[in-house]
Amino acid sequence: MTWLLLVEQTLNGAQFGVFLFLVSAGLTLVLGIMNVVNLAHGSLFMLGAYYAATFFGLTGSFLLALVIMVPLALISGIVIEVVALRTMYDRDHMDQVLATFGLILFFNESVRLVWGPESQPMPVPDFLDGSVEILPEAPYPVFRIVVILVGLAVGAGLYFLITRTKIGMLIRAGASNRAMVGALGVNIRLLYTLVFGLGAILAGLAGMMAGPIQSVEPGMGEDMLILAFVVIVIGGIGSIRGAVIASVLIGIVEVVGRSILPFAMANFMGEDAAQTAGPAVASMLIYVLMAAVLFFKPAGLFPAQAG
Amino acid sequence: MIDRIKLLFLIGGIVVCALVPPVAGAAGDDFYVTLFARIMIFAIAAVSLDLILGFGGMISFGHAAYLGLGAYAVGIFSFYGINDGFLQFFVAIVGSALVALVIGAICLRTRGIYFIMITLALTQMLYFLGISLEEYGGDDGLNTDRSEFIAGFDLYEEVNLYYLILGFLILCVFIMHRVINSRFGMVVRGCHANEDRMQAIGFPTFRYKLAAFVISGTMCGIAGALLANLTEFVTPEFMHWFRSGEIMIMVLVGGMGSLFGPAFGAAAYLLFEEWVPDLMEAVATGTGENWHFIFGPLLVILVLFAKQGLWGLIPDRSRRDG
Repeated sequence: MTWLLLVEQTLNGAQFGVFLFLVSAGLTLVLGIMNVVNLAHGSLFMLGAYYAATFFGLTGSFLLALVIMVPLALISGIVIEVVALRTMYDRDHMDQVLATFGLILFFNESVRLVWGPESQPMPVPDFLDGSVEILPEAPYPVFRIVVILVGLAVGAGLYFLITRTKIGMLIRAGASNRAMVGALGVNIRLLYTLVFGLGAILAGLAGMMAGPIQSVEPGMGEDMLILAFVVIVIGGIGSIRGAVIASVLIGIVEVVGRSILPFAMANFMGEDAAQTAGPAVASMLIYVLMAAVLFFKPAGLFPAQAG
Repeated sequence: MIDRIKLLFLIGGIVVCALVPPVAGAAGDDFYVTLFARIMIFAIAAVSLDLILGFGGMISFGHAAYLGLGAYAVGIFSFYGINDGFLQFFVAIVGSALVALVIGAICLRTRGIYFIMITLALTQMLYFLGISLEEYGGDDGLNTDRSEFIAGFDLYEEVNLYYLILGFLILCVFIMHRVINSRFGMVVRGCHANEDRMQAIGFPTFRYKLAAFVISGTMCGIAGALLANLTEFVTPEFMHWFRSGEIMIMVLVGGMGSLFGPAFGAAAYLLFEEWVPDLMEAVATGTGENWHFIFGPLLVILVLFAKQGLWGLIPDRSRRDG
């Protein structure tokens, strides 16, 4: 029975890792290419969830909500980039941190004003509601499997975009030497805006898929943001490959650790002590992992070759 | 040395703080005693953060960790019925120093964006640790008694606690003044200006930066122990990363890299938090709790256009002060 739980929790971890990947993919590109600390990236996750919940509620169609959410997330991202972040590129990190912290406060409060402080209902869509038996007598929700598949598809798509297309080439070039790319006649500002918009869509997509699993409420992006930071630190700034691997790693360690560790520790210490210490140790696990990675590889597991 | 006009502001600030209890007592309103006690506690936290942020150039997004550690040192002893203030504050100081040493040793291996993200993540780890400790209240927090120092000095007398906090504030500002103007302080400031050059002329910069990190964290631990005494309540929320952000905002508003500015920044931020919601409530009922809606954009504007902070607004005859 225990190994069945382990399989199920590993899948949950992988599915959580997909959310982390979608959020951190945009963030790591923005950090790596534009060298901007953007705390407000979690707000894009939140906005995506709210857009999707609203239009899913209005239209009753999950796919239609997706079609409406994507351009809205893109527009939100572009507006943030053009209005606020563009003035920050030449500033030091301290300014970027505080200004985007201000944006978080603004967006959380805006959401609270528009939608109210209570969480928004967002059910699992009918056609994805249900479960399949991944192993005999082990049902697993279809929706979560779809989330994992979407994550795989987006990861593959991003890899293709960055390594095989002209835009990807420009993105990589911009990361290694943006002044030179600009001098060669590429509109580097437009490129930045595009990358930021892409990151906004990915974060919004993650928010939309997280809606039926977590609750859609103000401030839902913040925990995601901090975990995305852990992912980026482990994976290496600017590295999509690092983000993929670190996301799945963190997702699985976080979810499996929280559910298994209290039981596992009960084997070699008292039941009571394990019930107390288990959750405490589990909550620290990913951060210890991060510290360990940093100790041996200060630039992350897959440091991007460029800047 | 410090400019004469700024010295006047500093003394004025201390005198105002010292006069709050008698004036509030005469007016029969204790509310401002508690508010100013809170301001002074966060002034200690902000001044301590400025050592690494403003002078050392280390953008730590995890200063609330030490606030929480200091508070929990008081809270956990109180949980077991030990209210000896000397013991509690000793553990708060040593505990936050040790944790700052470990966190600093890990984080200072990195620079720039990595440093920001790691200090943030490790502080969040302590926050989640606090939540998962069901024994000490977990999410709900822990009610604590006030510390007992010497007989006859009862901290349940609001005025006694108030002047204890004021005393700690003056002590901390004085220590910081000495630290920043010492040889050690010059090296830390040199690391901010150009770390490679400092290394090239032979300074082990890592050790200097780590020492500054520890001093800063320890001082904030004292602020945490005082905060637990003031609120008689300890919660993981003290360590939440929003709190770290707030302390950073206080430093920015007061003036980064100015010794006394952050104390005024703490006052400005907490008074803003106190008065602006009331003001908004007066203009339109029910909007008071949405004050972040105004404060968020205001913060962006402050960052873009008022980097010098309040302290920078005071006219200055000498070009730099310590």
